Amino acid sequence: MDDKKAKKTAGALDVRNIIGMLMAVYGVILVVLGIFSDSTGPKSGDVNANLYTGLALLVTAAVFFGWARLRPLVVPQDVDADREATPPPGDPH
Amino acid sequence: MATHAHITVLANTLIDADPVDYAIVGIYFAFVLGIGFMARRRVSNSVDFFLSGRSLPAWVTGLAFISANLGAVEIMGMSASGAELGLPTVHYFWVGAIPAMLFLGVVMMPFYYGSKVRSVPEFMLRRFGPGAHLVNAISFAVAQLLIAGINLFLLASILEALLGLPMFVALLLAAGIVLSYITLGGLSAAIYNEVLQFFVIVAALLPLTLLGLHRVGWWDGLTARITSAAEDNPAGPTAEQQLNSWPGQALSGFDSSLWSVVGIVFGLGFVLSFGYWTTNFVEVQRALASDSISSARKTPVIGSFPKMFVPFITILPGMIAAVLVVEMADLKAGGTPSGGASGTVTYNDALILMMRDLLPNGLLGLAITGLLAAFMAGMAANISAFNTVFSFDLYQDYIYKDGSDDHYLGVGRIATVAATVIAIGTSYFAAGFPNIMAYLQTLFGFFNAPLFATFILGMFWKRMTAAAGWIGLVAGTLAAVLVAYLSEDAFGSFSIGVIPLAGQGAAFLAASVAFIVDVALSFVISLVTKPKPEGSLVGLVYSETPADVRTDPKEASYPWYRRTVPLAGVSLAMVIALNIIF
Repeated sequence: MDDKKAKKTAGALDVRNIIGMLMAVYGVILVVLGIFSDSTGPKSGDVNANLYTGLALLVTAAVFFGWARLRPLVVPQDVDADREATPPPGDPH
Repeated sequence: MATHAHITVLANTLIDADPVDYAIVGIYFAFVLGIGFMARRRVSNSVDFFLSGRSLPAWVTGLAFISANLGAVEIMGMSASGAELGLPTVHYFWVGAIPAMLFLGVVMMPFYYGSKVRSVPEFMLRRFGPGAHLVNAISFAVAQLLIAGINLFLLASILEALLGLPMFVALLLAAGIVLSYITLGGLSAAIYNEVLQFFVIVAALLPLTLLGLHRVGWWDGLTARITSAAEDNPAGPTAEQQLNSWPGQALSGFDSSLWSVVGIVFGLGFVLSFGYWTTNFVEVQRALASDSISSARKTPVIGSFPKMFVPFITILPGMIAAVLVVEMADLKAGGTPSGGASGTVTYNDALILMMRDLLPNGLLGLAITGLLAAFMAGMAANISAFNTVFSFDLYQDYIYKDGSDDHYLGVGRIATVAATVIAIGTSYFAAGFPNIMAYLQTLFGFFNAPLFATFILGMFWKRMTAAAGWIGLVAGTLAAVLVAYLSEDAFGSFSIGVIPLAGQGAAFLAASVAFIVDVALSFVISLVTKPKPEGSLVGLVYSETPADVRTDPKEASYPWYRRTVPLAGVSLAMVIALNIIF
């Protein structure tokens, strides 16, 4: 907050990164299960449900990481000085 | 799985979970608690954390808005109703939610936001004075305890299914988990958790739905199997009724299709849903926390887009369960199969049994996580809303005025524990209802329908007086209770059956009567009592509020897709299209 030129981004606290992280962890677990264990069976109608869901989760995670990276949230400079009176920043679109 | 190593705590678990499933559940809790700790550490010296929340695009607030409502009741209740009644259940979304959400955003939000109140009871205090405030605060607190009981019951049933614990132990364990979740996670992280929870639920329910559709042979296979099941069981709703959303006799319980449509549109679509969405403190507060009047108005509008597709991952799996899961099909054909959460299978078990039959280990863990997350978030929202209203609207205003902040915090903590203990008691009411949704609608009829009547009248009619405010509320609630008592089963076994209506139809009627009694009585009383002085109603009554207080001057400069009214129009058009297609 002292360096007025450095842009402060929300980073790991951006909810998009948190969603991305959780989806990525779950995606990896399901893909590994899908490949190394016999997930296809009569239960799921002979579809490797773990593998496909895992892949979809990884894609979702990538979308969220990419979005957070392309349009990072910037914390305005004057916030830390006066948090009550600060007008909230606009929509980052 | 190659390395099969089942952990079975007790012998008869409904679901066979593997270590990997427990790991997936554990990872979620690590995330939730991590967010809680980060929130707590950051809040003292920096606003980064909350700011990143506040500056998020409006889609996130919108998601939190519907996620706060996408709890156990929604997921289990909707799939139960889908299994029992079929497609007419979509009315809870397309008639019973979207129009009211749009109305909240377009018409009502400016009054909430513009009058700077912090809670819905506080609006009542400003508009009508202490009488209506006290009535509203008490009825809200009672409603939250009853709804928390429903959430707790559902949470305990999944713990029972998962671990094979007896119901009472599962209830205690579930209550303990929620209590620690509220204390540790704190309200501060609520929005983050709600958004996270939304994605976990979709990630769990979407594959379940697709697998189910794959197993029954997609839509054609599903219709064929529902049709043949309905032909074998003439006592139940016909296939025609189950596969078309209108006129929805199976849902409303009316024999006449005309009255069924009227009941659904007026009872569910107008009174119940507007009552719920426009006056529910938990929901409205999500929007109040946003940065401008424009964002506040857009929050429910944006939430309406994902909301209209939720039925496809809640009701549809229920419908599939009714033909795919052996016990469900048996139950629907009039049998009483044993098993399920309460010893005998009920429709509320539809989703858990689907998970058991369809999901491989791994996905099963994800589904359990989604359900647990939703149940806890739902109950946590009830308990903390109760806590806020009890501590500030009831205790501080009417019992002990001049305490220190610490004093009220202490009261709040005691209230939290007390509410959790009471919820264990109220969960036994919930357990007595075969269809949770019908019970919930009955409660909404008692509490939300009269509130909405008083609200809408008070907001648009400046002549309405303080006495009319509280008398209307009390009379409306009593009228709804009376109708429920006279109906066949709105009160479970307490109802005496003078009015030949059962199920949701009785709830719709109770709500409609509450609304009409409230409006009529408020009107008459207002004419014979003294209205509030005109100057005191600015920001509270439509005609007394200047247009610039009600709108955001910057909004006109936004492109159409960021303005409230055009967005609401798109949403409405989509929901009408969905109603026509199904």
